[in-house]
Amino acid sequence: MTSLVVLAVGNDARGDDALGPLLMARLDALDPPGVARVLDFQLQVEHALDLDGVALALFVDAHCRQAAPVALAPIQAEPTTGASHALSPAQVLGVGRRIGRAMPEAWLMSLAGADFSLGQGLSPVGQASLEAGWRCLQALLANPTGEAWRALAQGLGELAGVVDTLGS
Amino acid sequence: MAFELENASDRENLRRVAIDPVSRVEGHGKVTLLLDEAGHIREARLHIVEFRGFEVFIQGRPYWEVPVMVQRLCGICPVSHHLAAAKALDRVVGAVPVTATADKLRRLMHYGQILQSHALHFFHLSSPDLLFGFDSEVARRNIVGVAEAYPEVARQGVLIRKFGQEAIRATAGKRIHGTGAVPGGVNRHLDRADRDALLAEADTIVAWSLAAVELVRRLHEANRALYENFGTVPSGLLSLVRADGAMDLYDGHLRLRDAQGVILADHIPDQDYLQLLTEEVKPWSYMKFPYVTHLGPEAGWYKVGPLARVQNCAFIPSPLAEAERQAFLAAQPGGVSHAPLVTHWARMIEMLHAAEVIRALLPDPDLVAGERMVEGSRSGQGVGIIEAPRGTLIHHYQVGEDDLVSWCNLIVSTTHNNQAMNSAIRAVARDYLDGQTLTEGLLNHIEVAIRAFDPCLSCATHALGQMPLAVELVDVAGELLDRRVRG
Repeated sequence: MTSLVVLAVGNDARGDDALGPLLMARLDALDPPGVARVLDFQLQVEHALDLDGVALALFVDAHCRQAAPVALAPIQAEPTTGASHALSPAQVLGVGRRIGRAMPEAWLMSLAGADFSLGQGLSPVGQASLEAGWRCLQALLANPTGEAWRALAQGLGELAGVVDTLGS
Repeated sequence: MAFELENASDRENLRRVAIDPVSRVEGHGKVTLLLDEAGHIREARLHIVEFRGFEVFIQGRPYWEVPVMVQRLCGICPVSHHLAAAKALDRVVGAVPVTATADKLRRLMHYGQILQSHALHFFHLSSPDLLFGFDSEVARRNIVGVAEAYPEVARQGVLIRKFGQEAIRATAGKRIHGTGAVPGGVNRHLDRADRDALLAEADTIVAWSLAAVELVRRLHEANRALYENFGTVPSGLLSLVRADGAMDLYDGHLRLRDAQGVILADHIPDQDYLQLLTEEVKPWSYMKFPYVTHLGPEAGWYKVGPLARVQNCAFIPSPLAEAERQAFLAAQPGGVSHAPLVTHWARMIEMLHAAEVIRALLPDPDLVAGERMVEGSRSGQGVGIIEAPRGTLIHHYQVGEDDLVSWCNLIVSTTHNNQAMNSAIRAVARDYLDGQTLTEGLLNHIEVAIRAFDPCLSCATHALGQMPLAVELVDVAGELLDRRVRG
């Protein structure tokens, strides 16, 4: 059984939307054992099948309204809406449950982006997020358990709080 | 109705309602309504801002890169852009026609794309109250009642979609960013193991697709008045058809019918599309409004997509889908349907057709052997037209002697349907919103009309954190009176 699946999402031709694909490229180069990797433009119903029978899942995506370079949070299944073009990670879990598949404990690592224009490279904000995200991902891979990830998420949250305080 | 509510005469004295964006994750679309003091709709417009910069993104690139890079234009239908570009650039390298192997592998890829795209709609039919979103309890009850008779729809929708994507992976080489089609042909054969795996499931996929048509037909019958009247505005119908008039979603010539179904133009070669169509620019929208040149902008706008294709072709060249098409046509009052919600029925017929085409193609020996490439006399330009899941997609390139793309023009299906979508929301605004207190449920009708066309707003990014649906009511002085957010 695959212990961990990483699903990275984004379009590498649309500025900071490339954060997911770029992080996945680094992961591909590392090629860690026991880690399944899925890359796509966006999440859809069939990605629920990629989670079937996996112990732990990590979604990676750019975020257009996030202050901290990287944020890590657990996600719970949600129902789909009528939107037909893309699902949130939580909705992917919801689809999996709806079609009777066993869904894993799942987490979202979101990376702050600033410019999502067609044909653009990473912005300075995106570049910083990529490096922060890569450090975070390496830490997650070093100890791929929900318990360890909760501790890391708490640390990231506290750090973001300190940064907010300093910024204000 | 098409242009009746496009431009209000006394805009400064009207109340403005903005639905921005149209939905949570589908890119940047916005609807604005202008109302007078009595609550009557005076203007309704759909603005789509995403189709800017495509040409700049492509111009200056080596032509052989284009079929791969254009997949980045849209995360929804990358295969359609991939194949339309390859077809256009076949002309540039003189590969007309391509080999039988290349033609069949590309068709397998394309019908895989049609199947997986349409299957997503099948999945959402399992929650029709979410898809349709009406606040009418009668409509909701009727729709849900039908859906409950099909408890396996969600699972089958996911698995049909997965099957279509496997057909794409097997022909394009990768799940995304495929490289299967190249100017002049294809760069790989179908692996026999992949063929056998697809064949093993093909009968099941056809059976599920047939059941999908039955489900959507029953949904239609459960509320016929709603389906046939909601947002209905007559217009021309445009699509590719095969030389004999058959439905062909990969290649053919352009055919145009008028609103009554009379053929106005036929056998228009894809290379001559500019002789048929003009793209109008309007000051209030970034997206152009194409129309049939000789009819003019007011009479010459048209629809593309499943509803147009199913009614524009003379027949569907696969038996189960053609039988369903005949039943579909027989059920349309007045002979030709222009109802946006009937698109869902036409879409499922096309899904069945795609499943049949894939099943028929898979045993073909040309898929696993044979010449993959051909070349001929070099040309300075080429046009590629394909029927993407949402409608006609046109790629047009000019390539210099330095092999770089010097000019290009892309008309995506959402642009073709720009006037049709605007006309539909005006009809809905007139029929459902005019003179009413605007509730979220009523405003949701606008979204339902737009979603029936399934515009590819998702050519935008999809990053997390985009704004939820926000509806703002502003008075004539610009003061915010009310704001509702749904996320």
